[in-house]
Amino acid sequence: MSETRVAMRTSNPAKTVDHAMIVGWGVDANPQNDPTYPYRDRSEDDHSGEWQRPTQQEPDIELLKSVEHKWLPAVFGTASPPSGLSGSMRRLAFRWSESNWAHWLLLIGADRVNMIEGVIEDLAHSQIPNIPKEMGVPAEWRHNKTGLIKKVGVTAAIVGTVTALFLAQKKAREPEMRNALNP
Amino acid sequence: MRAMNYRGPYRIRVDEKPMPRIEHPRDAVVKVTRSCICGSDLHLYHGMVPDTRVGQTFGHEFCGIVEEVGPEVENLKAGDHVLVPFNIACGQCHFCKQGLFGNCHESNPQATAVGGIFGYSHTAGGYDGGQAEYARVPYADFGPTIIPDWMDPDDAVLLTDVVPTGYQAAEMAGIQKGDTVVVFGAGPVGMLAARSAWLFGAGRVIVIDHIDYRLEFVRDFAPAEVYNFKELDDVVVFMKKTTDGLGADVCIDAVGAEATGSMLQTILGKRLKLESGSAIALHWAINSVKKGGVVSIVGVYGPTGNMVPIGNVVNKGLTIRANQASVKRLLPRLIEHVRVGNLNPKAIISHRVPLDDIADAYHIFSDKLDECIKPVLLPSAA
Ligand SMILES: NC(=O)c1ccc[n+]([C@@H]2O[C@H](COP(=O)([O-])OP(=O)(O)OC[C@H]3O[C@@H](n4cnc5c(N)ncnc54)[C@H](O)[C@@H]3O)[C@@H](O)[C@H]2O)c1
Ligand SMILES: [Zn+2]
Ligand SMILES: [Zn+2]
Repeated sequence: MSETRVAMRTSNPAKTVDHAMIVGWGVDANPQNDPTYPYRDRSEDDHSGEWQRPTQQEPDIELLKSVEHKWLPAVFGTASPPSGLSGSMRRLAFRWSESNWAHWLLLIGADRVNMIEGVIEDLAHSQIPNIPKEMGVPAEWRHNKTGLIKKVGVTAAIVGTVTALFLAQKKAREPEMRNALNP
Repeated sequence: MRAMNYRGPYRIRVDEKPMPRIEHPRDAVVKVTRSCICGSDLHLYHGMVPDTRVGQTFGHEFCGIVEEVGPEVENLKAGDHVLVPFNIACGQCHFCKQGLFGNCHESNPQATAVGGIFGYSHTAGGYDGGQAEYARVPYADFGPTIIPDWMDPDDAVLLTDVVPTGYQAAEMAGIQKGDTVVVFGAGPVGMLAARSAWLFGAGRVIVIDHIDYRLEFVRDFAPAEVYNFKELDDVVVFMKKTTDGLGADVCIDAVGAEATGSMLQTILGKRLKLESGSAIALHWAINSVKKGGVVSIVGVYGPTGNMVPIGNVVNKGLTIRANQASVKRLLPRLIEHVRVGNLNPKAIISHRVPLDDIADAYHIFSDKLDECIKPVLLPSAA
């Protein structure tokens, strides 16, 4: 077993709680914190939309930028630049603003395509992904055996039924096919 | 180095990846000593966040030791043990100047609605995150905070996200002394929100979830009155009954887009993706709060849209407040709360998992197995 569970204490039988018993009760109470309370500090709110900008990070990968941005933000991540078919879909998505459904639906679609590309990439590197391990099946086995057995059982039953139906149908159609081929 | 590698929904593993390097003069490279899995990571893991690319390393809650700093970083040096806020914030843009460090405008090219977040898809900037042996930390002269000598690293790592998020949920709720506060969600964030509600003077704190072991834990930890919504006929009617027919002064949504409890929302939002996930907890919050009350949202939703009873928001005169937590703004206050014992974050850590077993850790946390509340990942090099 890999993960270690930390022992935890749970014992409070009372349903209601007397706040007089709470350590720190009310220490941050602030009558001015009504919904207009300034958790936003307006003292430097100059409405100009300009500020002393940080040094610009130089892009050395392909970067997609929201059309709502006035300029390229100074800093960005360089993980997983767009590539392949999913990359083309992402490029297309960025023609539309963040307010447009097309933008997000294309990106979600690209994510699904990217998943298949990931498997192909693994195979191309002669690495067969250990999908049960990646999905945490060992943990499921340790902590939810009956659930796992049920899931496997249900999946097997569905696959079995579908296969049986398919075979039965194919068998039923075989004479027809033969007839069609030999008029 | 060893790093988490996303392969598609529900599929992750640890692979060898190149070491991060300084890519900007204000960067640092940090050797990770602890990192956590967050409820927000589950949205990525379940494939719900658009532009989550295969190959990315997740992880936005981590602390570690500074390995190297860029030429513009003067306040940190190699060897400093730091906790790294989950928001990537420049500290000088229009929004950072107002303390809105969760909304920085200089850290995310791919979107304007959200600032950069470590390891949180390209919609949040395309950064590799901290579920790895090392991580690149941009704006290292602004975000990272040196962990005080007396502080347990388990507390430190929780100060990067869940503690500030729970605390800000209570802060945004504008709690007045004696208020009744209902927290939807008994995850790590909801637990800290319930605990923090007392610090703001709540008179009564109620937590709603459907997972009994979590409710039992928060009953002690917050402490709070707890109810399992599966055992209630109608959550909203129950809330009205228990508040003299008025509704709660404040409702906090600490659930977000993966809420269960409505078949319709589950089908539309989680299966067909016609909404950004299921918003049933927020729906209940809006309908359970009293007229003129406050709904504070920290639960995360996707960028498209969700079905919520906005007409009731109008008719009831509600105030809705929401944000990504502004971690850096809150840290001084929260470090003090931990020091004097008002907050005991590390009590919520339920699992310690070697980084190499990350796939099991995600699965356990996602499916709420083995009474999981908060898993901490330990890189072998740490
Ligand atoms: N705004 C921020 O800055 C910020 C930061 C961290 C996390 N979050 C978000 O906060 C949310 C909670 O995070 P977490 O780490 O506690 O996650 P979690 O998954 O551990 O907890 C969510 C809890 O909500 C419960 N739940 C599901 N449906 C419910 C319903 N209808 N009513 C009441 N409870 C319900 C679940 O059983 C679970 O216990 C997530 O959406 C996460 O993305 C936001
Ligand atoms: Zn988080
Ligand atoms: Zn900024």
